Amino acid sequence: MRFIFAGFGGQGVMLMGQILAYAGMIEGKNVTWMPSYGPEMRGGTANCTVVVSDDQVASPVVDKAEVVVAMNIPSMLKFQDYITENGYFFLNKSVIDREPDRKDDVKIYKIQCNEIADELGNLKVANMVMLGAVIGATNIVSKESVFKALEKKLTGKKSELIEINKKAIEEGIRKAREQ
Amino acid sequence: MEKVMVKGTEAIGEAAIRAGCRHFFGYPITPQSELPEYMSKRLPEVGGVFLQTESEVATVNMLYGAACTGTRVMTSTSSPGFSLMMEGVSYMACAQLPAVFVNVVRGGPGLGDIQPAQGDYWQATKGGGHGDYKLIVLAPSTVQEAVDLTVLAFDLADKYRTPALILADGLLGQMMEPVEFPEFRDLETLPDHSSWALTGANGRKPHIVTSFDIDPYVLEKMNLELVEKYKEIEKNEVRWEEFKTEDAEIIITAFGTVGRIAKSVVEMARKDGLKIGLFRPITVWPFPYKPLEELAEKVEMFFDVEMNMGQMLEDVRLAVKDKKPIAFYSRMGGVVPTPNEIYEALKKEIGRRVK
Repeated sequence: MRFIFAGFGGQGVMLMGQILAYAGMIEGKNVTWMPSYGPEMRGGTANCTVVVSDDQVASPVVDKAEVVVAMNIPSMLKFQDYITENGYFFLNKSVIDREPDRKDDVKIYKIQCNEIADELGNLKVANMVMLGAVIGATNIVSKESVFKALEKKLTGKKSELIEINKKAIEEGIRKAREQ
Repeated sequence: MEKVMVKGTEAIGEAAIRAGCRHFFGYPITPQSELPEYMSKRLPEVGGVFLQTESEVATVNMLYGAACTGTRVMTSTSSPGFSLMMEGVSYMACAQLPAVFVNVVRGGPGLGDIQPAQGDYWQATKGGGHGDYKLIVLAPSTVQEAVDLTVLAFDLADKYRTPALILADGLLGQMMEPVEFPEFRDLETLPDHSSWALTGANGRKPHIVTSFDIDPYVLEKMNLELVEKYKEIEKNEVRWEEFKTEDAEIIITAFGTVGRIAKSVVEMARKDGLKIGLFRPITVWPFPYKPLEELAEKVEMFFDVEMNMGQMLEDVRLAVKDKKPIAFYSRMGGVVPTPNEIYEALKKEIGRRVK
């Protein structure tokens, strides 16, 4: 399964992809994570491509993706045509206040990532709310693997943040399964 | 050993340390600055030395100096930075010094851009610096292979007393994949360089490491010694990968990152019933001429794909000769071709020839 995560620099789209790839690896799958890189650290658009597969991953570069996650409007516009038929289109409803052009042949999930994160007490976990929604809808990896990936990734001082990130993931899963 | 997710650049750094590298000199340049950054943190932990130089010219000369002592040394850079090192690379090749260079290639020529490219193939394999010399050039296509080839680069550099180069690109440098690292090499077991290395001449005759002789007849002897060594490397160290070539009618040739993207093209084509295979040189010098020539006897056509204006294409032509037609597809400037795009170009090429 191919994923594109896209948003503003600073929205945590790179980490979303990394946690998913890490969780895939924990489950023994073949994974690649490929970032867009360049002068896009804050304010610009950033994206990463993740491939999770039972087979060896040949190309980390994709023309099409089964899943596109757009955290802002430019990303929605840029990547909507990448989605395969009957693929998944995740939109951060907190930021995206309009409809995508691509909607008839894809499964759309609109998630209020920012509000949910804010209620949990930290706006920064909006990305993990979205990641939760992605795994809740696609079941590509288990929640437990994502938790393990978080524990691997958030070490040292950042380990204080593991709990709230886990809550965000759980909330995201719940929201996706409600839709 | 447990698998870990790491970036290509960092994976190369860790592999170097495990291979016994304890000296790194470098100057930052995108898209490889994570490698010196990683080394700056890791090398002090293992009792090594990391030094950020004032320029690439300084880097290569520090590498030259450190390599003279027989220790395992490394630097990494990206295209314009490697151009700056060329003089020193030529000196080190002539002085027969083992060292490992990493070029995480970006778009060029000139300042170019910071996206993945393969435009430094000629520089890597045909010289780059002045004079008659060769580098052992290894072109990984996955992060795991980058790890394995980094270790191999140190071993080959030591075995043949010659600089080796990892020819990567921005994509391989920046992407993350699960890898398994080798065990740490016991430094005591590394090759013995005491017969030539500069380690202090107290109580013995001094060693001389040089790339110079004023007498042309002596210099020619040094040249001939290099020629013999390069022949030996060509005989022993050719490496390549073949993927679904057994029954293939068309062979895609590609190296590095494009080599793995082309694997997806092979899979797509096979689903459509087209008999396509892939030939991927792993050592781009020494280039696998012979196995490619043997394939030319069996297949209908070759399709070379690169992220440059057709550099490895010349080596493919040398191997295939006039035996079979060779088509070519490329993207440049930091644009990475997608599997679909390559496949469409391939189908167009097939259509053109069938007519």
